[in-house]
Amino acid sequence: MDFIYSIIPPSILCQIFVGLSRTVILFIVSSGMSLILGVLRIPNVFHGSLYMIGAFLAYTITTVCAGSPFGFWLALIISPLVVALIGLAIERGLFQYLYESEHLMLILFTFAFSLVLGDIVKFIWGADYKSVPVPLIFQGFVSLFGGLPFPVYNLFLLAVGPIVAFFLWFLVNKTKIGKIAKAAAVDREMVGAVGINVSWVFAIVFVIGCLLAGLGGALMAPTISVTLGMDHTIIIEAFLIVIIGGLGNMWGALLGALIFGLTQSLGILLWPQFGIIFPYLAVVVVLLIRPTGILKSTW
Amino acid sequence: MLKDLLTSKKIILLITGIILLLLLPVVLPLFMQARFYIYLVSLILVSGLFATSLNFVLGFGGIYQFHHGVFYGIGAYAAALMLLKSGLPSWVGFIAGPVVSAILSLIMGLICLRLSKLYFGMLQVSLGSLVWAVVYRWRSFTGGEDGIHGIPIPELISSPTGAYYFTFIVSAVCFFIIYKMINAPFGSVLQGIRDNAIRSEMIGVNVKRHQLAALIIAGFFAGVAGVLFVVVDNSVFPDMLFWTLSMEVMIMCLLGGWHIFIGPLTGAALMILFRTFIGTFTIYWAFIQGIILMIIIFFLPSGVLGYFERKMKPTDKVLKA
Repeated sequence: MDFIYSIIPPSILCQIFVGLSRTVILFIVSSGMSLILGVLRIPNVFHGSLYMIGAFLAYTITTVCAGSPFGFWLALIISPLVVALIGLAIERGLFQYLYESEHLMLILFTFAFSLVLGDIVKFIWGADYKSVPVPLIFQGFVSLFGGLPFPVYNLFLLAVGPIVAFFLWFLVNKTKIGKIAKAAAVDREMVGAVGINVSWVFAIVFVIGCLLAGLGGALMAPTISVTLGMDHTIIIEAFLIVIIGGLGNMWGALLGALIFGLTQSLGILLWPQFGIIFPYLAVVVVLLIRPTGILKSTW
Repeated sequence: MLKDLLTSKKIILLITGIILLLLLPVVLPLFMQARFYIYLVSLILVSGLFATSLNFVLGFGGIYQFHHGVFYGIGAYAAALMLLKSGLPSWVGFIAGPVVSAILSLIMGLICLRLSKLYFGMLQVSLGSLVWAVVYRWRSFTGGEDGIHGIPIPELISSPTGAYYFTFIVSAVCFFIIYKMINAPFGSVLQGIRDNAIRSEMIGVNVKRHQLAALIIAGFFAGVAGVLFVVVDNSVFPDMLFWTLSMEVMIMCLLGGWHIFIGPLTGAALMILFRTFIGTFTIYWAFIQGIILMIIIFFLPSGVLGYFERKMKPTDKVLKA
């Protein structure tokens, strides 16, 4: 280990791991968006609102089950499901009539939804800051890298990331619905012509995307103060990640999330005041070199 | 014959509109507390100019200008900082705003125009967010998240009425210039590019250069709107550069109707009036705004004005939104 420390100081190593755990959240949220964008071709602005709702639901569930050790796990299961239900209702209710619209209209339409959902959240939970306690077994710090403290919860996040990535890979490449969705992303009319109900495939993909947004929100909740406006920041980040990764490419989303998360955490170390501009700079650099994203887009 | 009648009708409407707006600060105090309403009309003119400058590239140019707010905000910040910190005559600040916006627009345009459509828009959002982050974080220079308040405005235009007349004259001139540009050969080329970029390229139009010029012009007028906002409100804040504002301006364009010159102004007026009057009843204005937007997209995709235009001229071919 001392050899590694002589190359990379422990403080930077620690910050890299913080960045990686941030990457996990960004990946979960932006992979959902990438899925929707790739298959349904909807630039979904209210994805961030769903993430916010996921976090607020996690707050409610952990408050209700304050004493029990299962509160957090319950939140991790229930809030994505509720968010997925909201997504299903929106898709079946309105979106399925708009697939042929222009991107500009779709962006404005989903933005309208983000306004509506944002105010619904304000109505239900109020405008105060909420905090979700870190579950008991993940409380505290471990000393990694030469004794620097590292939150246990972030280790948990680092474990969750690969699991979600594996499930998504399995879903897209190994299941029937994933294969149909991939085909529909390339040519939806042809898929319809061979007798598959494309509309429902789209609905399922949309719901899975929303589920991921809710999961991201619920996982993020213990590490931040849950508040209104968290949708506005995440949505821009998710959009940029999806763009630099290549529209609709899930591994692109992973790569984009890595770039974004690491530049964010290392940028803060490098220049605390302007740390937040580094990810945006990275995006600009990537897009200057590869205008349509790093990996191949499904479009 | 009918066309002549229509245009003369339009001119009469225009002249009545101008006279009404000119008389407003004189007549209004006879009836009510005028200060607030004069401020409101000034704000409508500012937002209308802002939205019209966006529509110049979005509706007429077909460029996905997703982050137009940056140019508005930077214009306002440039003017505010010049007025506050430089000690130069104030007209320098007023000119600096639009010029800085135009320069930023040139830089961002050069970078973004390598891409098109959605990618263009997203890269612009990224660059715009970069500018926003700098403004938001550079507390010692830009005032950080609080923004700057109490910007010194020259005596002549610092009162609400003075600010109103200044806003009115400047925005009227700008509207006129933009209108002329849309109907000039340049505007026709721009609309040609919107409708079919490849064909335009084929007949010898330099598409990228025209688009870049349009972006610079739009950025310049957004900067003018930003400066006018400083005059009207005496303050700037980083939210003026945030992407949600850019979305709101797009809503204004959509509400009034793109493809129609006064559409964005109408949309801005409706939006600000709604916000002001509904906002007094409820804190859930964003909810109502979202619902309005959805209704427009579903039922009036060519905007309020587009709807009336279609009603009045049923034989005309309706432009697809």
